[in-house]
Amino acid sequence: MTNSSSNPLAPEQEARRRAAALLARARADELSTAWEKLPIKPESNPVRGPETGLVMVRGRIGGGGAPFNLGEATVTRATVLLSSGTAGHAQSLGTDKAKVRLAAIFDALWQEEQTAAFVESEILAPVEARIQEEDRQQAEKTAATRVDFFTMVRGDD
Amino acid sequence: MYVAVKGGEAAINAAHSLLADRRRGDRSLPSLTMEQIVEQLSLAVDRVMAEASLYDRALAALAVRQSRGDLIEAIFLLRAYRTTLPRFGTSVPIDTANMQIERRISATYKDLPGGQVLGPTFDYTHRLLDPALLHDEAVEEPSRKEPLPGATTRVSDILATEGLIEADSVLPQDEPPGDLTREPMEFPMGRDLRLQALARGDEGFLLALGYSTQRGYGRNHPFVGEIRIGEVEVEMEVPEIGFAVSLGRIQVTECQMVNQFKGSSKAPPQFTRGYGLVFGQSERKAMSMSLVDRALRAEELGEDITAPAQDEEFVISHADNVQATGFVEHLKLPHYVDFQAELALVRRMRADIEATQEENSSVEGATENRR
Repeated sequence: MTNSSSNPLAPEQEARRRAAALLARARADELSTAWEKLPIKPESNPVRGPETGLVMVRGRIGGGGAPFNLGEATVTRATVLLSSGTAGHAQSLGTDKAKVRLAAIFDALWQEEQTAAFVESEILAPVEARIQEEDRQQAEKTAATRVDFFTMVRGDD
Repeated sequence: MYVAVKGGEAAINAAHSLLADRRRGDRSLPSLTMEQIVEQLSLAVDRVMAEASLYDRALAALAVRQSRGDLIEAIFLLRAYRTTLPRFGTSVPIDTANMQIERRISATYKDLPGGQVLGPTFDYTHRLLDPALLHDEAVEEPSRKEPLPGATTRVSDILATEGLIEADSVLPQDEPPGDLTREPMEFPMGRDLRLQALARGDEGFLLALGYSTQRGYGRNHPFVGEIRIGEVEVEMEVPEIGFAVSLGRIQVTECQMVNQFKGSSKAPPQFTRGYGLVFGQSERKAMSMSLVDRALRAEELGEDITAPAQDEEFVISHADNVQATGFVEHLKLPHYVDFQAELALVRRMRADIEATQEENSSVEGATENRR
């Protein structure tokens, strides 16, 4: 489920997009569990936030027409700088600052060669699998409520 | 001379402490948790998010609890909270064609790609109170079925291929949509601003106006082309990353109302459309919004404006329940001085009238004496 149709992204940008989306969807406990497992905890300094603000959510008139402002949603973002010099950014709906700060650290670790595989296997892949499983379950329950029409033959001549 | 009257501070403090006491209620009962409100009173939470115009289930649940279930008070609380936060940016417009569908029905097409999917609906229930809910009885897992492959096409896209329905409005070049929260309202306004106002408008008010169009006050022959409920991705441009990334998903309800239209000097006979889009699961609101959106397009489509639902200034100025409750409820605040002034004025007018009457009667008396 992606919205951007205009400019196709380069493969490395697409990878970053996927990582950012999964870090945004990761639950606080998923991130803290991965943090516990991390063999060497990096030092990080806050550059911005974590801070909570608003994003104005836009819709389109008629579903596909001109944009309009639907309403706002809370969003929390953070930027951190690892002692290695890599900056990490994270942004997620909601107001959980601790979660987003951790997500920003993992964003930085994902960009570093030594830790990218760890972030993939301990966070991105499991979160992706969880979301797919939740979506599948929800889709199956929804599909059970689909109407199967049938025609009744009335009268016999 | 103006004399300020002070006092009431102790009474106000005591009233607020009594409010906290009543809010908690019987202490022998367990206190409600936020999670319980989000999970079990989810449609109340959704209404608060929609009309506060702020998507955050946890904060909306807190507002519902704090307001003792008074939803307009909860909406007020959440609106007030919103003003304390900075805005980081605007999202890429959400794509409702790309939705994790939880419900999707059409009253115009029986067989359509994706099918008629009822989802968790009150429709077709018998509206009988269920004694089973008096107790905490275990609830069965819902049944499951293999989902249909492929996307669930929007009904407006299906109809559009025949050319008998108006297309989505064309995109103006790089013109940002208006924002009610940033600029004061001016009439007439564009459809973008109207939809923003309707999306945060009071459900009851929009329901009544939508109903009035059905009863003949600005009739527009509506059919539910489609209602869909589900989660969509919210994406925002992040300058540090350089492109739009997902922030997560939100649930929305979308209603495409399709309206018969016999044509006018401005448009040929065709089906026109009204649009409803609301945060959370809120079908009644989305339907009402689409009816009112269509009614408010009267001028654009060259229809006579004869009914309240077609009157943009009337509808938009009165749709916001936070504004409405503020102005109605301020009447209960002390107006002692205003009232004393009015009282003095009425006394004087009464005295003047009595004096004139006395004068007249004495003149009449004098005339009679002269006869």
